[in-house]
Amino acid sequence: MEEAIKSPLLRLEKRGSNSLKPVYVWMIRLGSILFALLLGSIAILLAGSDPIEAYGTMLKGAVGTAEFRQQTVKKAVPLLGCALAIAPCFKMRFWNIGAEGQITAGALAATFVVRLLASKFEGNTPSLPLLLMMALAAMLLGGLWALIPGFFKARWNTNETLFTLMMNYIIIGVVAWLQAGPWEARQGRIAQFPRLAWLPKVEGVHCGWIIVLVLVFLVHIYMRHSKQGYEIAVIGDSLRTAQYAGMHVGRIMMRTMFLSGAISGLVGFMLCSGATNTLSKDIAGGVGFTSITVAWLSQLNAFAMVAISLLLGVLTKGADTLQTVMNVPAAISDIIIGLLLFCMLGCEFFINYRLILRKKPGKGGTVK
Amino acid sequence: MKTLDTVVLLLIAAITYGTPLLYGTLGEVLTERSGNLNLGVEGILFMGGAFGLGGVYYCEKLLGTPSGIAAIAIALLCAFLAGALASLIFSFITTTLRANQNVTGLALAIFGTGVGQFAGEMMRVRAGGYVTVSNELKAVFTSSPFPQFMKDIPYVGQLLFGNSHFFYIGVILAVLMHLFLKKTRKGLYLRAVGENPATADAAGISVTRYKYLATIIGGGISAIGGVVYIVTTAGCTWNNEGLSGVGWLAVALVIFCLWRPLSALWGSVLFGALMILYMRLQLSFIPTELYKILPYVVTVVVLILSSLRNNKEKQPPEGLGLAYFREDR
Repeated sequence: MEEAIKSPLLRLEKRGSNSLKPVYVWMIRLGSILFALLLGSIAILLAGSDPIEAYGTMLKGAVGTAEFRQQTVKKAVPLLGCALAIAPCFKMRFWNIGAEGQITAGALAATFVVRLLASKFEGNTPSLPLLLMMALAAMLLGGLWALIPGFFKARWNTNETLFTLMMNYIIIGVVAWLQAGPWEARQGRIAQFPRLAWLPKVEGVHCGWIIVLVLVFLVHIYMRHSKQGYEIAVIGDSLRTAQYAGMHVGRIMMRTMFLSGAISGLVGFMLCSGATNTLSKDIAGGVGFTSITVAWLSQLNAFAMVAISLLLGVLTKGADTLQTVMNVPAAISDIIIGLLLFCMLGCEFFINYRLILRKKPGKGGTVK
Repeated sequence: MKTLDTVVLLLIAAITYGTPLLYGTLGEVLTERSGNLNLGVEGILFMGGAFGLGGVYYCEKLLGTPSGIAAIAIALLCAFLAGALASLIFSFITTTLRANQNVTGLALAIFGTGVGQFAGEMMRVRAGGYVTVSNELKAVFTSSPFPQFMKDIPYVGQLLFGNSHFFYIGVILAVLMHLFLKKTRKGLYLRAVGENPATADAAGISVTRYKYLATIIGGGISAIGGVVYIVTTAGCTWNNEGLSGVGWLAVALVIFCLWRPLSALWGSVLFGALMILYMRLQLSFIPTELYKILPYVVTVVVLILSSLRNNKEKQPPEGLGLAYFREDR
């Protein structure tokens, strides 16, 4: 009796380090983004709307007028800032999903400074020394809030994913308490900041956008061209190598976490001083989570983050418009963001591996 | 006597609030035993909640009020299918396409939350404002399967026999999962895949199949937690906020209960108690808002304590969170 050799229909082969041209790599990635938008249109269809019209409405609602564009940029700024904060951690394979809490901690510290010192300043225009002190306090508390899980991870290898996540709920709870109790002005809200503490506007958007653009360059240089950035990359690629090379892994982890938290804290300062002019428990509003997407979609490349954060800014602003105009729930933006991530994660496989189809029968041979 | 009553009432409420956590945790235990770390439980719970409620709601609308058992079965089945589908996406991307499990899980958390809220909102819009089931069904969902005289036993009656059907199903599930993992050959294979996929592969166990099945079934079980929350504590209506955080607590509980289904039983009741303590045991010196963060603080403490211990018996599956590729050695 003859039996055919069982060879699988599909075989996988790892591509060599540079077997796929960068053009194709980016084409695959772009294709996966389009594929995700295509999948998203299924959800829109299910909601009983025309996908093309819906995407058109989203685009118009996001970039149609100068005012819409400003609002879109306003949404993209914290996303970009936070993605820059998360990038070093993720490069190190340290799953910091506590950016939400670190933003809140930063905003909390900035508000504390305003409450403490605003009365010492005079005038009705933004005061640079006060803003600087707010930013500094925000970075400090944001950094410390991130350092706590960083310390335990470095010392006892405590699970950082859940630790950073729980820290979110804790600090948000603290702000909820301040909001309803000691710092309450009226109806469960904290009083608006005096104008002294407002970030000045440039081109219609608070000047946080200039700060984050500067940060893009700084983070890029830090990650790609500094010794510390190199250490982070080594730890991420191979912890054992880093230990063998004599790096102080724990110290580097704590340093990176502090830095990451500090940048997130700065974003918190921008949000409370520039965007809402006050503190509330919803100040971060999911930015900390969405920015994880930004960081990962852009392959931790600081410049790509600018584009991705704008894309997601358009998506979220567009989804708000979609809800009011076409009655499609705004949660559609979360769905599309999730799909984008799935597709981008999945497409890396086709960049790294080659699929080989089974050869026609006869060539493989048979065996007795 | 009064304190005893308070304690009993607290425990009953703890069980009610802990049941969604129990399902979330049990499902994730099964998933993680196969070496897959699915951080998407939060999203899975949202999907389970929305689709479970949707299933019951539309079934009642189209076919009339189903009988008690049927209603419970529909809720469980719809939620299970939603969770299984979500986990299928996760399995495909991590096991077949070998993407990073952490990021894929986070993506699932975002996606699932979005899908759940989207579906919940859509139902609300379609129904013109308010989605809920009939009062008969509400009563069925919160009722217990035991006869009245057993519930009338002083003190322990309500505590032992007065809980919802879902709790007892969860208990049976935990016991079955324990027996499966510890007493059956398939359970042994599953644990082998989670501990060391290369060894399991060499022994002729299909790593891919075990990972897929465990993750999909585990995700389905987790999703039941979502619908249990909706029909027992949220009054059979969809709300966007209520479930947030429960899925993450479930992931933390898996570590707390050391990947053991039976420990998940008391672990989830304990955390259920922590979640409602601020309502049941008010302390004047702790403001409510600060009291509410208690479960999260306790989770942090648990995480730290569990990382401190160096017991060989109490470690996660060795291959947890790592992709396996046969040719990668």
